[in-house]
Amino acid sequence: MNMMSDPNASRKDWLGLLAKAPAADVAHYWAELAMAPDYTILRNPEIGGVMVRGRAGAVGAPFNLGEMTVARASVKLSDGTVGHGYVQGRSKDHALTAALVDALMQTDEADRIGANLLTPLRTAREERMATRAAKAAATKVDFFTMLRGED
Amino acid sequence: MYVAVKGGERAIDNAHAWLAQERRGDTSVPELSVAQIREQMTLAVNRVMAEGSLYDPDLASLAIKQARGDIIEAIFLIRAYRTTLPRFGGSEPIDTGDMQCDRRVSATFKDAPGGQILGPTFDYTHRLLDFKLAADGEAGDVTLAEPQTAAMPHIMSFLGRENLIQPEHAGQAVPDDLTRTPLELPASRALRLQSLTRGDEGFLLGMAYSTQRGYARNHAFVAELRIGAVAVEMDIPELGFAIEIGEITVTECETVNQFQGSKTQPPQFTRGYGLVFGMTERKAISMALVDRALRWEELGEDNLGAPAQDEEFVLYHCDNIQATGFLEHIKLPHYVDFQSELELIRKLRREVQSNMCKEAAE
Repeated sequence: MNMMSDPNASRKDWLGLLAKAPAADVAHYWAELAMAPDYTILRNPEIGGVMVRGRAGAVGAPFNLGEMTVARASVKLSDGTVGHGYVQGRSKDHALTAALVDALMQTDEADRIGANLLTPLRTAREERMATRAAKAAATKVDFFTMLRGED
Repeated sequence: MYVAVKGGERAIDNAHAWLAQERRGDTSVPELSVAQIREQMTLAVNRVMAEGSLYDPDLASLAIKQARGDIIEAIFLIRAYRTTLPRFGGSEPIDTGDMQCDRRVSATFKDAPGGQILGPTFDYTHRLLDFKLAADGEAGDVTLAEPQTAAMPHIMSFLGRENLIQPEHAGQAVPDDLTRTPLELPASRALRLQSLTRGDEGFLLGMAYSTQRGYARNHAFVAELRIGAVAVEMDIPELGFAIEIGEITVTECETVNQFQGSKTQPPQFTRGYGLVFGMTERKAISMALVDRALRWEELGEDNLGAPAQDEEFVLYHCDNIQATGFLEHIKLPHYVDFQSELELIRKLRREVQSNMCKEAAE
């Protein structure tokens, strides 16, 4: 993803982070922010399925792999800013919080939310990924030659 | 004669109550939580997600608990739940080249760029029961190493550079969907792959094994097997662009198979493909072998009459929910059907017996 050329890059980034974060973590940092924004619901939080696709041979024609559960919601702040949340799993609260965060990230509250919600979510995610990658790296095979047959 | 009967309600209620008690088992043993199943029976959970065709570890764990560990019953529960979900849309095809690999091995290239990463595998264990687990299931420490930052390209791309492997063609952007339209034959490869990825692991394992033993002989090398997390992206109309809506763990298997060519076309290896939800290695390898066997026609091979080449046979019998539904219905009351069979056999016997009496009299 080229951050310079894509005007939606930062919004994509926080929406993706919110979608992949554990619902409990999102709820925790959101509660700590103790914000009570004035908003109306555009789309009630709802649970649904998304058909996940793969490609034949990893690079060929798309095919349907199976569905995953997704929750979504949309809100409008009193100043008219609209936010959308699409998150993995079946937590309606997670979807609603994601929609509120998406809306607030487009307002003056962006720095506060970025620092106190998105940054800790990102840090936790990066730590989880780094730990897994470190465990995987320890199982990498180092081949060495024991005997050559041609001598 | 047919008599309409009603009843059994009390018996059914009592049976279900007893079922719940049997599910719980000995109450002096602590109850199993859904979270325990999710965290400690991961591979069963993965199988239920793959064959239930719904990625949701919590739901799959609940289904396993409810089904008393009967995996096909759990898959049934997930399939039934799946039908209640409104469909928000279809994702962009996942990019398995961008996977964070927990495991990645190649049986064809020892020194593949990115290396051979064993991951948390059962391979090389001695398959001896570990009695320590019966006493104390605590795991020891795990060794960490400097994480790899280099890309881990698909092994197939190296063969592709030399044109040694048959290329994959772009197909229709929105593939046919088994869950929306009934399966019709001949099926597109997209439909075959969808059907195989949610198919029964045991059935596909048997089919794949048959190809190894010589039915539609098709020697396969595992060019690459990779397991890990990939992001799922979907286009969101109200946003006007695609975002990541989650992350799933998948297993991918790419096989390199015997080559074909002609006087005018230089020979190329052919390929089979397996992609399955979760850490489901046996299933992904089986899928790749069966996918390859089913491709005989498009690759210009002979129909050897092998079961694994017969798409009708494979696709119509690989779904364990369809199979179990039809199989198990025969234990339900068939009193009326059987009554007519009884009438018939009695009539036929009477006819034969009266003929025999006549012959004896003559």
